[in-house]
Amino acid sequence: MRLEARRLDVDLKGRPVLAGVDFAAQPAEVTAIIGPNGAGKSTLLRALAGLLLPTGGTVLADGRRLGEWERGALARALAYLPQERTVHWALTARAVVALGRLPHQPPGAGASAADTQAIDAALAAMDVVHLATRPVLEMSGGERARVLVARALAQEPSVLLADEPAAGLDPAHQLALFAHFARLAGAGRTVVVALHDLSLAARFCHRIVLMHGGRVVATGTPQDVLTAQHLAAVYRIDARYATLDGVPIVLPVGLLP
Amino acid sequence: MKPAAANAEPNAALLLGALAAAAVCAFLLSLAVGPVGLGRDLPGEAGALIFREIRLPRAVLGALVGASLGLSGAALQGYLRNPLAEPSLVGVSGGAALGAVLTIHLGWSAALALTLPLGALAGAAVAMLTVVALAGSQGGPVTLILAGLAVSSIATALVSLALNLSQNPFATVEMVFWLMGSLADRSLPQVWLSAPFMLAGIALLLLLGRALDALTLGEDAARSLGIDIGRTRLLVVAGTALSVGAATAVTGIIGFVGLIVPHALRPLAGHRPGLLLPASMLGGAIMLLLADVALRLLQPWMDLRIGVLTALLGAPFFVWLVLKTRSELAP
Repeated sequence: MRLEARRLDVDLKGRPVLAGVDFAAQPAEVTAIIGPNGAGKSTLLRALAGLLLPTGGTVLADGRRLGEWERGALARALAYLPQERTVHWALTARAVVALGRLPHQPPGAGASAADTQAIDAALAAMDVVHLATRPVLEMSGGERARVLVARALAQEPSVLLADEPAAGLDPAHQLALFAHFARLAGAGRTVVVALHDLSLAARFCHRIVLMHGGRVVATGTPQDVLTAQHLAAVYRIDARYATLDGVPIVLPVGLLP
Repeated sequence: MKPAAANAEPNAALLLGALAAAAVCAFLLSLAVGPVGLGRDLPGEAGALIFREIRLPRAVLGALVGASLGLSGAALQGYLRNPLAEPSLVGVSGGAALGAVLTIHLGWSAALALTLPLGALAGAAVAMLTVVALAGSQGGPVTLILAGLAVSSIATALVSLALNLSQNPFATVEMVFWLMGSLADRSLPQVWLSAPFMLAGIALLLLLGRALDALTLGEDAARSLGIDIGRTRLLVVAGTALSVGAATAVTGIIGFVGLIVPHALRPLAGHRPGLLLPASMLGGAIMLLLADVALRLLQPWMDLRIGVLTALLGAPFFVWLVLKTRSELAP
């Protein structure tokens, strides 16, 4: 499913946070949203998820405005993983992941075979099967983060919007996470990820949207966007784009004056 | 690897079945216990009269009021994502108390007994509408708590004023007793008056299961799971106002049931706020029925009111809860 934002303006408490943002995420692609802190990445993701009302412009999912979608149908098509990783009660990991199945369950119905299968698959994909019966509140930050990603995966959406899902994960689980996003894209899903790790973006994302000050500065393939000029202009860093054994890496070598 | 039994997912059917069975037992016990042993001491017409006019209303009220308090406590804790939330927080009990005290103060209840619960119901409704108007339609949990506290404070102030200005010592005593809460000597018409409101509120609150489960992940994630936050808030407020407002209208203020019951049952429900709703409804009924039976057994020595008993039990529990929360929040 294609997800698109046209001329999107968002004001939060009277302060413009997004200004004239054009954005498109295609099926079968992992799209990265990158940019410095406060660039508007999270706000764009929330707007794409239909969680805030833009002051101008539209968000289209599958060609239809988000407001025209029926609430339940949108929840089955689109999953949103917030940056904030709060879990308010001491649910087990499995119970948390099962929440992702709510949009698929008619009111009053228990878990179907499809639900159980989706929950098991999501737990396995995020390598948290061994944590399934443990309360989420007793876990480490990275473990909890993986359980919450598994919750979004269990939703089996056409579009996955994930806000900094890799933050706090160890390198092995970061790689596994993005490899899984790549697999989802390979299966025709649309994946949109906000992140700070430029090497992960270069390696796993098909398209990169670079944001700065509430605007989109550049859009394109990793080679097009992760140039020394762009990174210098937006992050004020001296960074090199290189490949090591065929793997692209972006290395910040220093701050610019 | 087998999961530890303590962390296994709760069996919802088993939990609710056991609680339902216990609630039925508590109800039957409430019918059976009293100063006169029915059937044995008083066979025939008099026994049937006591059963119909005294025991039955008392047991039905105990079950319905306990269910209302337990369920609305679980609903508020789930919606506010705060284990210290309680039905009185949203101002409904205070409003009902004010309405009841006013009917006593103005002498209406002396003229017609049913004006008291009607006044309390009206007070609860006014309090609820004020809270909703104050909190605004877009406000979050915190604004709801603040609006509830504000309305409660106003209600408490006005109740004090009514007590202060009361010229009639009998009316004053009646007001004070009403504020303590009691299930005793309630008539069947009072039960019929309040039961539909309590049942309607209970029905609304029981619809909240999915929304409260989803809210475990916070408001944004819940909305992305298809939950209508505005509807959720409306169900919480209307359900609490109807059930607790009607309960308070007939029994007076009975505190702490809505705090203790969800807390005690939460581990058994696997901490799932949705499953906790029906569990707390049954648990509330059990607690209030048993507390009422205990009062009747104590009666030869001490004539306690049920609101006093639940407060005596509940306040230390609250202290323990604060200490536990403090140790959990400690660095």
